Amino acid sequence: MLRVENLHVYYGAIHALQGVSFNVEQGEIVTLIGANGAGKSTILRTISGLLRPREGSIMLNGTEITTMPAERIVSMGISQVPEGRRIFAPLTVKENLTMGAYTRKDQAEIQATLERSYKSFPRLKERESQYGGTLSGGEQQMLAMARALMAQPSLLLLDEPSMGLSPLLVEEIFRIIVEINKQGTSILLVEQNAQMALSIANRAYVLETGSIVLSGDASEIAENPDVKKAYLGI
Amino acid sequence: MPGRNKVTKKTLSAGQRRGPPLAWVGWSFLILLAVVTVLYVGLKAVANPILFLQNLLDGLKLGFVYALIALGYTMVYGIVKLINFAHGDVFMVGAFTSYYAVSRFNLHMWPAAAFPSISPNLAVVLGSLTVILLSMAVCVILAVTIERVAYKPLRDAPRIAALITAIGVSFFLEFFGALPFVFSARFIPYKAPFSTHAWYIKDGIHPIISGQASPDNTISFSNIFLIIAAASILVQVLLQYIVKRTKIGIAMRAASYDKPTARLMGINVDRVISFTFAIGAAFAGLGGVLYAIAYSSIYTQLGVLPGLKAFVAAVLGGIGSIPGAFVGALIMGQAEAMTMGYISTPMRDAVAFSILIIVLLVKPTGLFGEPAQEKA
Repeated sequence: MLRVENLHVYYGAIHALQGVSFNVEQGEIVTLIGANGAGKSTILRTISGLLRPREGSIMLNGTEITTMPAERIVSMGISQVPEGRRIFAPLTVKENLTMGAYTRKDQAEIQATLERSYKSFPRLKERESQYGGTLSGGEQQMLAMARALMAQPSLLLLDEPSMGLSPLLVEEIFRIIVEINKQGTSILLVEQNAQMALSIANRAYVLETGSIVLSGDASEIAENPDVKKAYLGI
Repeated sequence: MPGRNKVTKKTLSAGQRRGPPLAWVGWSFLILLAVVTVLYVGLKAVANPILFLQNLLDGLKLGFVYALIALGYTMVYGIVKLINFAHGDVFMVGAFTSYYAVSRFNLHMWPAAAFPSISPNLAVVLGSLTVILLSMAVCVILAVTIERVAYKPLRDAPRIAALITAIGVSFFLEFFGALPFVFSARFIPYKAPFSTHAWYIKDGIHPIISGQASPDNTISFSNIFLIIAAASILVQVLLQYIVKRTKIGIAMRAASYDKPTARLMGINVDRVISFTFAIGAAFAGLGGVLYAIAYSSIYTQLGVLPGLKAFVAAVLGGIGSIPGAFVGALIMGQAEAMTMGYISTPMRDAVAFSILIIVLLVKPTGLFGEPAQEKA
């Protein structure tokens, strides 16, 4: 469904992405792993329209979205859970969720989605009228995910969902990601925690300083000796 | 915007609270100043309570007008971190629009002309509302145009660039307006779309016959005062509703907190910013018309001092905070009215801007403001 071809992105003079190509098929979990500064977040920010590529194309189900403004891309069916969660701290939990559904019009359907996300994340229901900034890290991560799902995306981009969370919470978050995927949402997951990411993904790409150096089935990648040495600490 | 201080209070470290050495000199001076002011005004109030109440009422009138302008300053700052110095001139354009509508085109007479059978009072209300709405609409178009042409290209430029541009736009509006074929640089007597009535209070409320002064030792007020107070409070309530309850209002708060993430939600941030400028300008336009009616003469520099004082009010209340702007404006109104009543009229501006200096020295975040925070 998502096809990224020969993507080149610059930050000023810095050539951050040097011709990245990959794809995500319907129903898949695809992960991009790599070290800090490899360009993982840059890829997600470019797909979401926050950054403009200098070269290359991004296609969603055959539609070119490379130069679409960020707000249009959300209504095309791509939502992002940004790095560091980026909860709107001065907004209540419920207001955060309503912002997730900003592009949708049908109030009854939005309400139904809200009920569903409260069912998946009962903690959020309890904290409905609390300010987003008062939540714990794990709760904020759940809120960020629930917020992105409020747009009913066909493709969910997740940027470092395990960042700063305890191992127990990381397990929980990854269990939820698999759950979301089972309900039919394709997932593009960016992670530094390669082990966890590879354990749930169908396919994986390894990114090094702006280029993809390795790709294949997640299980194959997990067995690759170089990957083991560099990212899995084995 | 409201609510955020709850979250960020923790980040104030003890180091930020500690002032420079000898800070106590400044503090004791300020406390002394506050005590003297309160004592002085208090003694005057006891000596002549009626005069004090009259000053209080005059201060409220000023304060309510400042509140209408200050809201625009504070909302725009909240979302684009820009002090929009052209805001006071938008206020001026509102006043001039209503002047042309009334004096040149008799717009306020249209209900009486179109429906001769309706009651004259209703015709006046409808006519005046038309004039006010037209002025608000002109201000909205002007402010949104300014934003698109002058500020939007500078959205990613250093903040000082946008600030200087705002000052430039302000001068442009004032001096373009002063050209002979625009508004001209003269003082122009302003004809109100409705007639003013005044009353005085002494054993009940009595009307003042126009052209006569109110009797000594009475409190007087006019229908303009009542309209200004009602409009200002209504606007405040309306704005609270918009910001707290409506989708666009929540989006305003989201965008003011984190623009890239707001865009990831599908919020069109540019449109939200335009909307913010638009409502700020609408309220300034309303304020401009009411100010012109209350003070009955207009000129192209009309918006300068009220604009700057509303800016001080917004800073005093904590720039970015909507209730803060309202409270700050009421305090500014009182400070000015008391100065005019008890010291001398020319001192009003000195006192107003001294407040700015003191706020910036003592509590730069203002009464309801939140500490500036840099997001990682």
